[in-house]
Amino acid sequence: MTVLSPVRSIFRAVVSTVVPEAKDLSEAGWSELLTLVETTLQNLPRAMHRQLRLSIRTIQWLPVFRYGRCFTSLSAEQRRQVLCYLQDHRLEVIRCGFWGLRTLALLGYYGRPEGVHATGYGADPRGWEALR
Amino acid sequence: MTRRSYDIVIVGSGAGGGTVAQELSSLCQDGVRIAVLEKGAKLRAEEFTGRELEMAQVLYEDAGGFLNAERTMTLAFGSTYGGSTAVYTGTSLPPPEHVLQRWNVPNCTFADVEQRARKFMTENNVHFLEGKWINENNRLFVEGCEQLGYRAQQFPVNLKGCRGSSLCNLGCPNQAKQGTDRVQLPRAERNGVEVITRCEVLRVGEKTIFARVHAKPPGGKGEPSPWQAGDYQIDAKVIVVCAGAVNSPALLMRSGMGPRLPRLGRGFTCHPAFIMVAEHGRAITNFVGHPKSFYLDQFAQSDRFLLETCMYFPFTTAKAMAGFGEEHSRFMRAFPRLQMILVLACDEVNAYNRVTVDGSGRPVVHYRCTPEVMRALVRGAITSAKIFFAAGAERVHLPVARCATIERTDVERLNQIAEHPDFMTGKISVSAAHLQGGCAMGRGPADSVTDGFGRVHGIPWLFVADSSLFPNSLEINPYLTIMALADRVAETIRKDVHALL
Repeated sequence: MTVLSPVRSIFRAVVSTVVPEAKDLSEAGWSELLTLVETTLQNLPRAMHRQLRLSIRTIQWLPVFRYGRCFTSLSAEQRRQVLCYLQDHRLEVIRCGFWGLRTLALLGYYGRPEGVHATGYGADPRGWEALR
Repeated sequence: MTRRSYDIVIVGSGAGGGTVAQELSSLCQDGVRIAVLEKGAKLRAEEFTGRELEMAQVLYEDAGGFLNAERTMTLAFGSTYGGSTAVYTGTSLPPPEHVLQRWNVPNCTFADVEQRARKFMTENNVHFLEGKWINENNRLFVEGCEQLGYRAQQFPVNLKGCRGSSLCNLGCPNQAKQGTDRVQLPRAERNGVEVITRCEVLRVGEKTIFARVHAKPPGGKGEPSPWQAGDYQIDAKVIVVCAGAVNSPALLMRSGMGPRLPRLGRGFTCHPAFIMVAEHGRAITNFVGHPKSFYLDQFAQSDRFLLETCMYFPFTTAKAMAGFGEEHSRFMRAFPRLQMILVLACDEVNAYNRVTVDGSGRPVVHYRCTPEVMRALVRGAITSAKIFFAAGAERVHLPVARCATIERTDVERLNQIAEHPDFMTGKISVSAAHLQGGCAMGRGPADSVTDGFGRVHGIPWLFVADSSLFPNSLEINPYLTIMALADRVAETIRKDVHALL
C-alpha cells in the first residue's frame, strides 16, 4: 500500500483544484503524477505520512459543516473556497499544512514532462545554439 | 568499523572545503596525507540533464526542500562534489567593506579578505558577460530600473565556455561554471588530496571522525564512493569543518561541543527571499542565457532589500507563486512571456534564529521572519512590481497582495498594498540560499565559536571554514567571501603545520 492509496480520490480532487488543468489528465497522466508524489513522500518520515493522510481526510470532511457535503462532492468553486479558507487561515500551522499539500500537487503536475511542456518552458542544455 | 588515518581531514567540498583542499594540497608533496569527506556524490558530465526534479534530488540536501522548524521557509543548499558551488549561478562579488567593518572580527580586516577574494576572482575566471549574451529577462530588468532612475549593476560571473543553458541551479550541463568542482577540487586531487564522496560525517571526536560511507543506490546517478560502504573511524591531526551554515554547527553540536561553545548554532542569517513573476505581452528570451546577470543594491542600506534577476524552472516557479487555481495556472501557461526578479532581505542576527539538532542529530533550523524582514520583502516586492511595469509587463504576480495579480491598468493599487500588505507566513513561499552563521568568528567563547582564523575556541586542532563563520549577514552573494575566509584558515594551518602535525 502506498502513502496516498487510502485517500487517493480526495488527493486527486485537491490536485484538480490547485491545478484546474489536471482534471483533463488521462489515467496514465494521473498515474505518472501520483508516482512522482509517492516517490517524494518515500523520503519523508512515516509520521509525516500519517499527518498528510489526516490532513487530506480533514479536507474531505471539513466542508460538511458548511455545505453539508464532503469535499469530493462539491462543485469546483466550492472546492476552491474550501482550499482558500485553509490557505488564508489565521493559524500559521494550518497555512503551512496547506502549503505542503499544495506543493505536492504542484510537484506532481509540473514535475511531469507533459506538465512542463504545457507551460511552454523549453530550456535546452545547448542554450543559445538551440534557439537558432 | 574500518579505521583510516590522515594528517588533515576536511569535511565538505563546497566553497570552503574545496578552497582549503586546494590551498593545503601543496603539503602533499611533503608526505602530508589529506582527505576531503563529501556527503554527496560526484556526477559524471553527461548526468547533468537539466531535468528539474531529477537533478534537485541528487544535487541538493533534501532535494532542495529542506524546511525550517516552523515550516515557513525552504532552505536550498548543495550536497554534491563541489557543494553549493555546483548549483549556484556563479555570481561573484567581493565582500562589502561596511559589512566587514561591522563584523569587527579581530585580525580579519577588509583589505585582507578583499585581496584574497580577488585572487579567486582571477583563478575562477570571474568577468562580466558580453552584452550579446544577456537575455531579455535581464535586459528588461535593466530597462525598468533605468526608467525609474535606479542603478542596476551587472554581476561578475565565474563562467568559462557558457552556452547559456540557463540551468545553473540544476548543475551546469556544460561544466561552464567555475565552482570548486571545476577548479579547486580537481587541482587538489592532482596534488594528492583524496576526495571521498558519499561519506556522511556522523560526529567529531578527539582528533577523530566517525563517518558512514553510503553505497550508490541502484540506478542512481554519480560515481560510487572510492571507499566501500560502511562505518569508518578516521583519525586526523587536524580537522577542518566546511559543511555549511546548517551542517557545520549541527555536526559540532552532535559531537557534544555545545556546552563548551555557547554560541554554537547562534547567529544564523540567510537573506530570506521570494520570487516575483511578471507577464509580458510577447515571448522574451528567459529560459535561454545566463539567468542572473544583474542586481540592484541601492536599497540595501535604507530599506534592507536587494533585487536580483533570476529565472527558475516550472515546479520551482509554481511553488514560489502564492495561491492556486486559474490565476496561478494562467501565469504558468505564460512561461515564455515571464520575467522574474528575486527579492532578498538583508536580515540581521537575532536571539531566536539558530541551528540546533533533533534527537537523532539531524539539523533543525529555527527561523522566523522578523517584522523588519517582512517590511524589507514587501518594499522589495513593490519596487520589483514598479520595475516590471516600467519594463512593459502587462501583469505582475505580487505575493504580498490579498489579490495577487496586479494588472498594468491598476498600478495605483501598489501604493495601497505597500500600506497594507498581506504577508502571511506559511502562505507566501519564502526561500533562502545564502545560509550564514552558526559558527561565528569573534573574540572568545562568549561571543563566538572561532577566532578570526576559523580556529575553534579552546580546540587548537579543530577549524571551521565556510559561511557559518559569518558573524552577521553579508548582504551580498557569499561565495567569494567564503573562499577568502577559507584561504585564511588554510594559511593559518600551513603556518602552524609543524606544531599541528
